[in-house]
Amino acid sequence: MTRTTRVVILLVAVLLLGTVGTAAVLRAADRSGRREQEQAGGPPVHPGTVSLRAAAAGRQLLVRNLAWGPHRDEIAAVPADRPDGPRTVSGVKCLRFHAAAGTGICLQAVHHALDDTYRAVVLDSHLRERHHFPVGGVPTRARVSPSGHLVGWTVFVSGDSYATGTNFSTRTAIVDTRTWAIDDNLESFAVTKDGRPYHASDINIWGVTFADDNRFYATLATGGQTYLVRGDVSARTLTTLHGNVECPSLSPDGTRIAYKKRVHGASPDAPWRLYVLNLRTMSETPTAERRNIDDQALWANGSTLVYALAGDYGSDLWTVPADGSGKAQRLMLSALAPAYLP
Amino acid sequence: MYLADSRSTTSAAAPNTRSGRRPAVPGAVLSLGAVSLITDVSSEMVTAVLPLYVVAALGLSPLGFGLLDGINNGVGALVRLVGGHLADRGGRRHKVVAGLGYGLSALCKPLFLFVHTLPGISAVLAADRTGKGLRTAPRDAMISLATRPEHRGRAFGVHRAMDTTGAMLGPLTAFAVLRATVDGYDAVFAVSGCIAALGVLVLVLFVPRRITAETAPTATPGATPAAPPEPAPAATPATTSATAARGATPAPSGPTLRDALALLRRPGLRRLTLCAALLGLTTVSDAFLYLLLQRELRLPAHLFPLLPLGTAAAFLLLAVPMGALADRMGRLRLFLAGHGVLLLGYGLVLARVHGAPVAVSVAVLVLHGAFYAATDGVLAAATSEAVPAAHQGAGQALVGTGQALARFACSLAFGAGWSLWGGRRALAVTAVALTVSALVAWAVLRRNAGATHTGAAHAEAST
Repeated sequence: MTRTTRVVILLVAVLLLGTVGTAAVLRAADRSGRREQEQAGGPPVHPGTVSLRAAAAGRQLLVRNLAWGPHRDEIAAVPADRPDGPRTVSGVKCLRFHAAAGTGICLQAVHHALDDTYRAVVLDSHLRERHHFPVGGVPTRARVSPSGHLVGWTVFVSGDSYATGTNFSTRTAIVDTRTWAIDDNLESFAVTKDGRPYHASDINIWGVTFADDNRFYATLATGGQTYLVRGDVSARTLTTLHGNVECPSLSPDGTRIAYKKRVHGASPDAPWRLYVLNLRTMSETPTAERRNIDDQALWANGSTLVYALAGDYGSDLWTVPADGSGKAQRLMLSALAPAYLP
Repeated sequence: MYLADSRSTTSAAAPNTRSGRRPAVPGAVLSLGAVSLITDVSSEMVTAVLPLYVVAALGLSPLGFGLLDGINNGVGALVRLVGGHLADRGGRRHKVVAGLGYGLSALCKPLFLFVHTLPGISAVLAADRTGKGLRTAPRDAMISLATRPEHRGRAFGVHRAMDTTGAMLGPLTAFAVLRATVDGYDAVFAVSGCIAALGVLVLVLFVPRRITAETAPTATPGATPAAPPEPAPAATPATTSATAARGATPAPSGPTLRDALALLRRPGLRRLTLCAALLGLTTVSDAFLYLLLQRELRLPAHLFPLLPLGTAAAFLLLAVPMGALADRMGRLRLFLAGHGVLLLGYGLVLARVHGAPVAVSVAVLVLHGAFYAATDGVLAAATSEAVPAAHQGAGQALVGTGQALARFACSLAFGAGWSLWGGRRALAVTAVALTVSALVAWAVLRRNAGATHTGAAHAEAST
């Protein structure tokens, strides 16, 4: 084969592969364009004012709206008693969101010319930015303490390169919104595991849930095991309480934890079921939801859990009683990251 | 210094009458560099978006997903040995084996379009990495064979710089596609597949099928074929005479597995493998170093993802100059000096300079990148000196595997040390161990310098 032949073959191949690549990009762009058009049969969506303060209309449910249309990904409000009713969208886009007592935490992507970065934005009761912090990975969990004073979030980091393997880890941070003091990596807290001080390089922490303005619960993973830990912000400590607990969520009365439990015999790509742990007796109760759960559940009240499951437009919200009774029911379509106000 | 002196005699002792015929960095090396660059753009596109894809698009929690890594490391090492061995057989099938490796990885890219579970993604990644393991040794063997011995440091430097350039362009390309398509991960995988296919094609079209050794140490000077720099037709008289000249090769099928293992009986290669492994045992993995950097210097968490970029940038900029320096001052000497640079980096982390975490981090990353520039391609160049032309693939695989397994062992030990003493003390212990290893390696490799630099022909005769 002469050099000219080889160059010609290469050019033809570049053209062909270039066409395939361009077609793939155009097709994907067209599909994402359709997401900008309102979805047929979807919930009615209209822009309006969303407030984190008590509304005259009564209790509200705030979610990240996933319904197709120009307001996809915006924080939307619906009356808590009519979750499938019309959505009021706020114009604020978040990947993850939570709110309590007039404080909101919004984890969002910032698009730059060359890449995406992420930031955690603390919002006031009118969803205006009070403060923001850069975060070093893909957002996954966010929580506000019941008083609205503390906010916490978790992001995924994969600092490792192709050559060394795909090793995901987490970074969890807690911010005091009264002083803007930040603990940007809870792994630096002193860990007590099974009554003894514990160090390890593979510690990961995620899924903070606040008890008050100092105490919180979270998941700690090390050596292939997960643990429920109780954290103390001022003492900077973490203490293990119970094994096989992920993404804890504390009940409003502070006595129970709803969480993801990795169950035996489940398929490795769907290993988690929704459980409730009684903190006094440490007894575990499986909920009536039998499907795989990959979310930090939310307590709608003292007896009902809300969580996301994959749906036709990203995810839907479902609900199930916390005491193991009843059965799972769909709460609303095309929504994620719920928060009840007040 | 002894090492340097003995090295400098090499150039003098290897008078090359055809030095004007082939440039210091031959076309074959540039072609292989282009293949690596293109392939790395493709691979790093996937790596860059994978976490986002898994978390944001699939809605999965990837924690505890690194479980397969340990198995992958062992399998990867084995695959590399097999790749190196196969490549040497049948009168050097480096290109075929490398092509299989690049091809396997290219085939994996479109598979990401069809797997939507963590175990599935994990399996595709494992196949992808098998391809990487398969191609590494034959590729380095081809670079060695295509380049005159006195320029191999620079040639490997050029290759590594091109490789790293691809690794840095990959994420940028991926985000450009994501931006154009608004979360079109399937488009990223499709484009990545197209780019990988292009890499394989460049290999097929522009890398010579048979790379005849430039002044192959085993060939007698008179019989060295006047090979054209570009692919030679399969059975020209030149290549035939080259095969005939390799009298040591017993059968047309080429070296056997036993021959490959017998390579370790060569004192030069044995010492090099031993030292690479010894130093690998005391080299903290990138992931741990970045973790320590962040914790010891209290670097803001959001800067963490930028740390590998710093190392890569320094590696990219320094690979060629360091390779050229290795050719001048001696590869073994620079290889050891590189570990000295790494020690400086460890020292800087341990010194806990307060007040300027970003500046100190940049300094550590520059040292870390310089360490790679002074050791990665340089070790391959040093290996090529210690192995006869017919065994380049197996030789590269042996040294590379020894180093990789040792580094993996170090990761396990370092993790255990961290649990026992905390990260800071574990690093201090490793730094002391690295100092000891470097001194031992220095003492051992002093002897190598004499054996290899006066020409591997002597080593061949002595075995």
